[in-house]
Amino acid sequence: MSLGESATPLGKVRGIGSAGDGGGHWLSERVSSIALLLLGTWLVASLLLLPNLDHGTLRAWLSEPSGAIPMALLVITAFYHGVDGMKVVVDDYVDDAGNNFAVNTLLLFLGVGGAALALFALAKTAFGGEA
Amino acid sequence: MAATHSRPLSPHLTIWRWGPHMAVSILHRATGIALTFAGLALLTWWLVAIAEGPQAYADFVTATTHPLGLVVLIGLTWAFFQKTAGGIRHLVMDSGAGFEIGRNKTFAIVTMVAPLLLTAALWAWILLGDRA
Repeated sequence: MSLGESATPLGKVRGIGSAGDGGGHWLSERVSSIALLLLGTWLVASLLLLPNLDHGTLRAWLSEPSGAIPMALLVITAFYHGVDGMKVVVDDYVDDAGNNFAVNTLLLFLGVGGAALALFALAKTAFGGEA
Repeated sequence: MAATHSRPLSPHLTIWRWGPHMAVSILHRATGIALTFAGLALLTWWLVAIAEGPQAYADFVTATTHPLGLVVLIGLTWAFFQKTAGGIRHLVMDSGAGFEIGRNKTFAIVTMVAPLLLTAALWAWILLGDRA
């Protein structure tokens, strides 16, 4: 290193940490996990409390705001949390900076694309009117 | 960055005796990956099938009630409960609690036993109840 003896202890270590901005990501995982705890409980409880799981029952359930809105929040939060979590796995195992960027970008696109597909389907059910 | 390949690796997997805390840790990662790919794919397929109409939904039901489909469903149910229990454990330990050796071990074991019981209870209720 060219820092020499003049560098302070902090100056010598600054910037050589693993990521630099991990704190925000860490907190983001926790907040989305708390949201998923609520939304996941809602989904399991809803599936158990519905009279049956026929197409018409589910369609009616997701046509009401009480079903469609939590489901939309669940889709968004679950995909967000999934991409967040996969980034931790990729950062652990894919060291090369170029490959790391490529894999994380691919997973981000897959996550956003999957969430868009699920939300479009949900919107179609919610706003579709009578079949 | 490029030098990482030639650096020595700490013998983190070979020198430790396996304990519940290690098992619950790797299960948290494994179930997270399974839920992200298989779980979100299934959720999306389910929502698309509902939107497409009764025929598409009937195809979804046929696939998921096939014995292999049931194995996937039950597996994902367990993964969901395991990930949820592991997540609660993480949140508790993030607060600084549960690091004492005995308590940590007990907590880790409970975190793995509870999801098995919840999965068994839920599917017993579904398969033995009047909903099947």
